Amino acid sequence: MSAEGLAFYLIGFLTMGGIYAVLCLALNMQWGFGGLFNAGIAGFYAVGAYTAAILTSAGAASHVGGFDLPIVIGLICAGLLAGITAWGIARVCVRLKADYLAMASIGFAEIIRLVVINEQWLTNGSLGISRIPRPLEMVFSGRQAEIVYVVFVWLLVLLTYVVSQRLSRSPWGLVMRAIRDNDVAADSIGKNVQRFRVEAFVVGSVFMGVAGALSAHYFKFFSPDATEPLLVTFLCWVMLIAGGSGNNRGAIAGALVVWAIWSMTEIITSHLPIEWASRSAYLRMLLIGLFLQVVLQRYRQGLLPERRTTPVQAR
Amino acid sequence: MLLFDNIVKNFGGVNAVDQCSFEIPAAGITGLIGPNGAGKTTAFNLIAGHLHPDAGRVVFDGHDVTQLPAWQRQSMGLSRTFQLPHEFARMTVLDNLVVAADNRHGEKILNAIFFPGRGRVRSHEAQLHARRTLEFLEIDALADELAGNLSGGQKKLLELGRALMQRPKLILLDEIGAGVNRTLLSKIADKIIALNASEGHAFCLIEHDLDYVAKLCSKVHVMAQGRLLMSGSIDEVKNDERVIDVYFGGGKYQEST
Repeated sequence: MSAEGLAFYLIGFLTMGGIYAVLCLALNMQWGFGGLFNAGIAGFYAVGAYTAAILTSAGAASHVGGFDLPIVIGLICAGLLAGITAWGIARVCVRLKADYLAMASIGFAEIIRLVVINEQWLTNGSLGISRIPRPLEMVFSGRQAEIVYVVFVWLLVLLTYVVSQRLSRSPWGLVMRAIRDNDVAADSIGKNVQRFRVEAFVVGSVFMGVAGALSAHYFKFFSPDATEPLLVTFLCWVMLIAGGSGNNRGAIAGALVVWAIWSMTEIITSHLPIEWASRSAYLRMLLIGLFLQVVLQRYRQGLLPERRTTPVQAR
Repeated sequence: MLLFDNIVKNFGGVNAVDQCSFEIPAAGITGLIGPNGAGKTTAFNLIAGHLHPDAGRVVFDGHDVTQLPAWQRQSMGLSRTFQLPHEFARMTVLDNLVVAADNRHGEKILNAIFFPGRGRVRSHEAQLHARRTLEFLEIDALADELAGNLSGGQKKLLELGRALMQRPKLILLDEIGAGVNRTLLSKIADKIIALNASEGHAFCLIEHDLDYVAKLCSKVHVMAQGRLLMSGSIDEVKNDERVIDVYFGGGKYQEST
């Protein structure tokens, strides 16, 4: 591989790694600080991706869409719609204990996926939506566009990181951690547990929607295949647990490390004979699981554990 | 201060609290005693709002709070500790207290994202208040320790400190002495007496150790089988035949029910 090829491989890696970092930071807002077991990440990701795709793509005869709106508006709407969806779901099931919330959220995510596959007038069904634009496409093309996009993605990683840091350091974040540790006690010190949980669920889901929108713009094409829970929900959970839940930098680090293992092993498996290559995805999943085992054996709280004290210490 | 009025609470077929009424006065330290299974902790959960009664009402400070959730009762000035420690295990001791302070503006999510400065002054005040409270309870050396690493007795003190953070009118202490050694126990008693005298917090405590109750409480309610058996001073209670019967069993009272 030439140096230039390698550089662009790295850019592609960082783009997807950045999208996963947004997703992982979003999950950290829910699980790391709030103890909310959201196993339906793929659902909010899909809502965001499709919202952005429908709003920003050029016209198409086969489905609603082609509003040709600016990408920034698409991104905002993607976050908003994912947030509104999350609000509706949270109203119903945020009172559930962690494991039951996981089951309920898997259920809702699958409902969203089935809606996406079946409502062809809206999403073009399994054929997917194509001709989704990327930012500044008119100005930059080809490999320049790749560079522009990786910068764009990492600006959004930065935005998500800043929001997540502010949340975790605020009195709001402190209450959220208290609820995570003991919800009955949080109730007894005058905190409206339900309200805080709904807020954490919504704000995390907003950024999951943004991550979905980012991937739609990156691929320029989005179909239900891209919302496969194995690739979105499962991988994102491994990233957060390995990176260190409760720590925002851990979330980003986990996203990059796990994405590196996942994407770079593809280089190896693509050289295998055909009959092996088709099965290699499962082998790679096994490898990810093995990695998680090793990390958790050595670092019980992930690569970067949660910080002990809140930095706004008065001393 | 608090009126527990004709309350009924059933769990399936068990009448945990059965037409029970008593009052907790605004000053002083009230004891709630009774054998295991008498319904004392259930009564506390009903007062604090962690459970809601099947019948009857709870009146706190002149307001009917029967339908209010626990967090709203707390903001009216009703705090509690738990029989088994309910600490925030992965937070520091200091943060366990800081979070219990009321920081209305800082706890709004939009302020947290867009205006992180709002609530910072209040956080600072809360930290100073928390440190003073930890010093008063003599666990300030543990301020930066994770609460989950504390001993059972230290967790009891931590809970007492947490309950004090919003300057409550009434504090419910559910077996604050359980599993605590004698030295620490008498220290806790001194703290409770001091808080009652100087800060004007009223207390109601569940306790099995009658000597401890005698040391602290001006008035005692005795519960048995979900009902109020009697109320009175500790001497009256100790010498009452019905109380002796329910504690030591097999007497006239049990046959008559």
